[in-house]
Amino acid sequence: MSVNGDSIIEVDQLVRRFGDRAVLDGIAFNVHRGETLVIMGGSGCGKSTLLRHMIGSMKPTAGSVKLFGEEITGMKEREIERVRLRFGMLFQSGALLASLTVGENVALPLFQHTKKSPDEIEQIVKRKLEMVGLTGFEDLKPDEISGGMKKRVGLARALALDPELLFSDEPTSGLDPIMTAVVDELTKGSHMTAVVVSHDMTSAFRIATRMIMLGHGSIVAEGTPDEIRNSLNPEVQQFIHGRADGPIPLNLSQEEHKDHQLVRPRPFLGGRFRFHHKHS
Amino acid sequence: MKNYLRLNLSLLYWIFIAPFTGQFFKVAPIFRQMVFIGVRAAPMVALTAFSVGVTLAMQAAHSLQSLGAEMYIPDLVMLTLLREMGPVLIAVIVIGRSGSAVAAELGTMKVSEEIEALEVMAINPVQYLVVPRFLAMLVMLPALTIFGNYIGIMGGWAVCRFALDFNTAGYVLRALESADTWDLYSGMIKSAVFAWIVITIACNAGLNVEGGAEGVGQATTASVVQALLAMLVTNAVLTGIFFFSA
Repeated sequence: MSVNGDSIIEVDQLVRRFGDRAVLDGIAFNVHRGETLVIMGGSGCGKSTLLRHMIGSMKPTAGSVKLFGEEITGMKEREIERVRLRFGMLFQSGALLASLTVGENVALPLFQHTKKSPDEIEQIVKRKLEMVGLTGFEDLKPDEISGGMKKRVGLARALALDPELLFSDEPTSGLDPIMTAVVDELTKGSHMTAVVVSHDMTSAFRIATRMIMLGHGSIVAEGTPDEIRNSLNPEVQQFIHGRADGPIPLNLSQEEHKDHQLVRPRPFLGGRFRFHHKHS
Repeated sequence: MKNYLRLNLSLLYWIFIAPFTGQFFKVAPIFRQMVFIGVRAAPMVALTAFSVGVTLAMQAAHSLQSLGAEMYIPDLVMLTLLREMGPVLIAVIVIGRSGSAVAAELGTMKVSEEIEALEVMAINPVQYLVVPRFLAMLVMLPALTIFGNYIGIMGGWAVCRFALDFNTAGYVLRALESADTWDLYSGMIKSAVFAWIVITIACNAGLNVEGGAEGVGQATTASVVQALLAMLVTNAVLTGIFFFSA
């Protein structure tokens, strides 16, 4: 893939193996400034793994990931922190610190990385929370708000430092349709470069300027929302129309999942002991 | 073990080197942790130390009375508390109460992606989470030990005064005469070393949790067991170095 001078993210021949299984197998794409790239694909297809490689949480088996022109795969933790100051990340669960209030959560990056006074920070926190429709929630703890609200606070926190780039992991799952539209507007309207992992097709087509569909560890389809919508690839059509029947397997075999980082099937010992009586 | 050594090196970096590069640790979280780790453990420590003081005095009385040597009860209570029972038992209380809580808290943060969120916000989890807990423990465990020693000696006094008809001044003078400042210092050194062991094991267990709620439970149990074993073995080694080496 050609390297564009205006590329904010350059992923090249990215390979990640868990044991023998390649979860990512030679992924390559660029994200240009101002673009909103939506990454979609079935569960367990490697979307979150790809995202974790882009934010530097995971190291690839092979290949390269460049953020803002800097290769991050070989960077030490302290070097990567400098790059991380330039992007925000919205986690699927919000990932708010449970020991801090909503306001303190949003203020955290500002306190840690800026020399702003507490009053200025308070104003910024108010503004960011207002932006996500949560005015007056500053003093509540994350336990006291709903899952959707947590996600919105997570978005406010991700945007606290006005980053150039936003990564979102399932930003609209668990949100009602109106709030989904609000979050979509925020992502689209902020004129940031954004990389969004999403299952929500309505939201994905609303915000994307470009889309990538992952499957079998590689890119199945790539293009503008119109190109994806009109794609002749049956996997793409099955996925965007949410059909049960099609080329995408409904169930992954245990063998396929064996080395997946999150799913570690174990021999069903409990069952064996429970159901097989000892012969005397 | 590799993770544990890495955590220790990282801690040393953030405490001794990072401040010279302008990355100071914040003081407020240290005080918050001192309240949690130390101040709130004080009632439990007091009760434990008092019981131990009472028990030591009663056992000493039982053995020494038959030799007609009750006057040595304060010596025995004082030395046993300062050198061994004080640091060890109070470390046991702190492992059970604060060490397990730290492991569970950090473990829960790990499984709910909070640690990863910190990293992505370019906030180092060791600097933000471990350093305040480490420094708080390093101050509070020796402080609790001194406090526990006082209460334990009071427990011994209660037995001597009310059951054995010692007079208070006699008990205090005898106790003070028996102990050296080195007895106190050796106990303090021990509890500072225990503090290091307890908090680094707890933080390491928490930060390396894998696999949801079950993983948090296992890590918490492992941290308590490992901290107890490491603390007791270290205690034997330190006693050997302090009181048994030529």
